[in-house]
Amino acid sequence: MAEALLKIEGIHKRFGGLHALNNVGLTINKGEVYGLIGPNGAGKTTLFNVLTGLYQPDEGTFTFNGRDLFRAKPHVVVSAGIARTFQNIRLFAEMTALENVMVGRHIRSKAGALGAVLRNKGTMEEERSIRSKAMELLAYVGIADVAEERARNLSYGHQRRLEIARALATEPMLLALDEPAAGMNPRETDELKGLMHKIRDGGVTILLIEHDVKLMMDLCDRIAVLDYGKKIAEGVPEVVRKDPKVIEAYLGAAHA
Amino acid sequence: MDIFLQQILNGLVLGSIYALIALGYTMVYGIMGLINFAHGEVVMFGAMVTISVITALTGAGVDLPGVVLVLIGLLVAIPACMLLGYVIERVAYRPLRGAQRLAPLITAIGLSIVLQQVAILIWGRNYIPFPQILDHDTVEFFGASITKLQIVIIVLCIAIMAGLLMMVERTKLGRAMRATSQNPSVAGLMGVNVNTIISTTFVIGSALGAIAGVMVATNYDQAHYYMGFMIGLKAFTAAVLGGIGNLGGAVAGGLLLGIIESLGAGYIGTLTGGFLGSHYQDIFAFIVLIAVLIFRPSGLLGEKMADRA
Amino acid sequence: MTKALDTNKKVGLFLIAAVVLAVLPFIVGNTLGNSWIRIIDFALLYVMLALGLNIVVGFAGLLDLGFIAFYAVGAYTYALLGSPHFGLHLPFYITIPLGALFAALFGILLGTPVLRLKGDYLAIVTLGFGEIIRIFMNNLNAPVNITNGPQGINLIDPINVGGLSLGKALQVGGTSLNSVYLYYYMFLALTVLVVIMAWRLQHSRIGRAWVALREDDIAAAAMGINIRNIKLLAFALGALSGGVAGGLFASFQGFISPESFGLLESIMILAMIVLGGMGHIPGVILGAVVLTIAPEVLRDVIGPLQMKTFGRMLIDPENARMLLFGLALVVMMLVRPEGMWPSKRRKAEFEDAKEAAAQKG
Ligand SMILES: Nc1ncnc2c1ncn2[C@@H]1O[C@H](COP(=O)(O)OP(=O)(O)OP(=O)(O)O)[C@@H](O)[C@H]1O
Ligand SMILES: [Mg+2]
Repeated sequence: MAEALLKIEGIHKRFGGLHALNNVGLTINKGEVYGLIGPNGAGKTTLFNVLTGLYQPDEGTFTFNGRDLFRAKPHVVVSAGIARTFQNIRLFAEMTALENVMVGRHIRSKAGALGAVLRNKGTMEEERSIRSKAMELLAYVGIADVAEERARNLSYGHQRRLEIARALATEPMLLALDEPAAGMNPRETDELKGLMHKIRDGGVTILLIEHDVKLMMDLCDRIAVLDYGKKIAEGVPEVVRKDPKVIEAYLGAAHA
Repeated sequence: MDIFLQQILNGLVLGSIYALIALGYTMVYGIMGLINFAHGEVVMFGAMVTISVITALTGAGVDLPGVVLVLIGLLVAIPACMLLGYVIERVAYRPLRGAQRLAPLITAIGLSIVLQQVAILIWGRNYIPFPQILDHDTVEFFGASITKLQIVIIVLCIAIMAGLLMMVERTKLGRAMRATSQNPSVAGLMGVNVNTIISTTFVIGSALGAIAGVMVATNYDQAHYYMGFMIGLKAFTAAVLGGIGNLGGAVAGGLLLGIIESLGAGYIGTLTGGFLGSHYQDIFAFIVLIAVLIFRPSGLLGEKMADRA
Repeated sequence: MTKALDTNKKVGLFLIAAVVLAVLPFIVGNTLGNSWIRIIDFALLYVMLALGLNIVVGFAGLLDLGFIAFYAVGAYTYALLGSPHFGLHLPFYITIPLGALFAALFGILLGTPVLRLKGDYLAIVTLGFGEIIRIFMNNLNAPVNITNGPQGINLIDPINVGGLSLGKALQVGGTSLNSVYLYYYMFLALTVLVVIMAWRLQHSRIGRAWVALREDDIAAAAMGINIRNIKLLAFALGALSGGVAGGLFASFQGFISPESFGLLESIMILAMIVLGGMGHIPGVILGAVVLTIAPEVLRDVIGPLQMKTFGRMLIDPENARMLLFGLALVVMMLVRPEGMWPSKRRKAEFEDAKEAAAQKG
């Protein structure tokens, strides 16, 4: 039996009158690629925001790797081992690519203000290791050559990769990717797929939102479907794909 | 004399003036999303110009009833302040639209300083007394007293505010203003001339500011080049209290702040066992401002907004 | 090879700067007189203040319009513990660190309630805090006299380093070194420390976290940065520098009153940062020096110039100075919003913004 890494139950999130998440529950197992699909506005990103502490859920339970993360602050979530990327890329635009990833090391390093001012041996060593680890990660996602470029000047595909590298820098157990292939051409998408395989094989569990159905079928071990804030289906790709409720949700959405 | 009722009355007078000024802040914020730091100085100019006109008229031996003199003063001050508001927007804000947030703030502060210094050049550094042309007869009201002038101030404020709200709700101009505040680029696509609307907003806000300035001057019997700072800050607080960007909110916030301040000043001595006295009056506005921003940043009537992640 | 050359150049420049700073008071004292050394002493105080505020505004992106409050806390701490007011005469190596500590605590105290605020709102609330503190300084003379109200505190002890009072001229050989010389070296030493502190903070894990916060607080939180702590750290460390400068100010001036800690002072310090080059330490130093010196030059120039051209005073020099200051703020923001000496990155940022605006318009 697979070992559960993340488990949520009965999660509700309301924005005024809008019930963006309605009694959502799901379990993600260690080592799998778990997909999340649903029409626009279904609540996928909202669920990400709840899982990463950016939004406070109204009700429910949320445990991760044995820790209770219900309404935990974002930095607590990150230190517990969940990292994410954003649907609408949120890099630190004026920092270099390298610096972006170095920020990702923040939670795994500890030099404080005093260390920074005194520049003692420990601090300097830590700083060096932050830098080399960040360089390594840039190479890992394949953009080491643009390390000194400002993030805002990178191509779209590179920015997406940089966001992944920055998230990986926090040493996550679960990497949550919000539409990482959006706006990519088929070749870039293919490369991205390779990268995700590599990440999973490296032992990181992946939670993936993507609209590209074919990509999801290829990549995911299991898929959950959200519609109007409710989970309407869950299972292996082949089954979910044939689920009449899912077809209805997509067709309904397309016709609406 | 009933202290409680008296303070409420004082608060209403103050509050309606705050409300009038708050409308200027809130309209500009609603449309451009920026705090017009120089608005307080427009209020000050309104007061100063009116006093100058009245003094000139009486000096020239014009013998008219006080009310008429004030009205003539206003007839000069209002256009002058409208022009000032127009120039402020053109010079300081329009070139910076879309720039980093800090830039308009710094220009506005710079402009405030310039306007204060210009006021010193024209009117000097001293307090200028309001000419003694209005009678200060009081009316007794359940044990509290209020001057007729203050009643006029309250009534006038309410009338002006009602007029403004009606204009925004009913007229074409008002519709264009509301459209611009919701989404300037869409409004622009739909044929609204955004620049004109923004200018108009500044001009209207400045006209209200001019009237408010005169009210402040008559109420305190004096004006001063620095008067715009405190009154502006309090009116801004009123706007935030009501929910910035919301016209009705500015009115409610103004009245409420006026009353809080008066009651606070009236009772702080008793409340702190004499430790703090009424010279702490000015801190109430700040405390209200800070409390609102912390506990309900959207204000009393504003919509609750969340950071979108 | 070029790198070695670069380093040599840097060392050379550094040595030249060190020599110039070391002899500066003698040059200035012999040409312009001691009053100008005094002005330079003030410039150093303002450099410390501006570098402190720069941590908050320039590094972390938190708009603070009440920064002068921390200067006040440092100054009052020194004054109350080292003057006849309470009859306490504690030495500077206790009062100045204590003032810095109080200022830092105030930074945290005032920072905590405003953690959720950004931009203009934060500016206004901090402005409010600054005013509240000033109102208290003005009124805490009754019923218990703590601050001595608007009269302020007089006869504050000068700094005394191991028996050498910086408040009195020092006799060396045949010559006598005026107090302003002694304070100069004291201030210079502390300014250098503040510069090093700011520089090292900027190029550290903490400095990166501040930039991340400034650029995108949501992404920063999602990267595991504890937003609350990193903001409070910025407030505290900024206030710390302000507190040190405040203590030095009190001892140097010998007299303080609430008047020295008004909104205009806060604006002045913010202007030093913005006009100098926000976030860029050399720019901020330049801004502080220029904005301290320029008004003094103007003071000497405006009056005589008017007398010469018009034969009488048309506008009072104080008035003219402030008018020019206000105009400078407006004009600078319109033509060079990145400041006199921005960092390369900041400059690029502004150029990008300009380009984007040009494409849109
Ligand atoms: N901060 C917020 N305030 C108010 N409403 C919000 C907020 N965030 C999300 N919503 C609303 O919640 C609903 C779900 O949005 P969400 O972004 O989660 O959808 P999504 O499934 O990610 O859609 P897409 O595929 O378009 O990215 C939408 O109606 C959205 O407008
Ligand atoms: Mg989404």
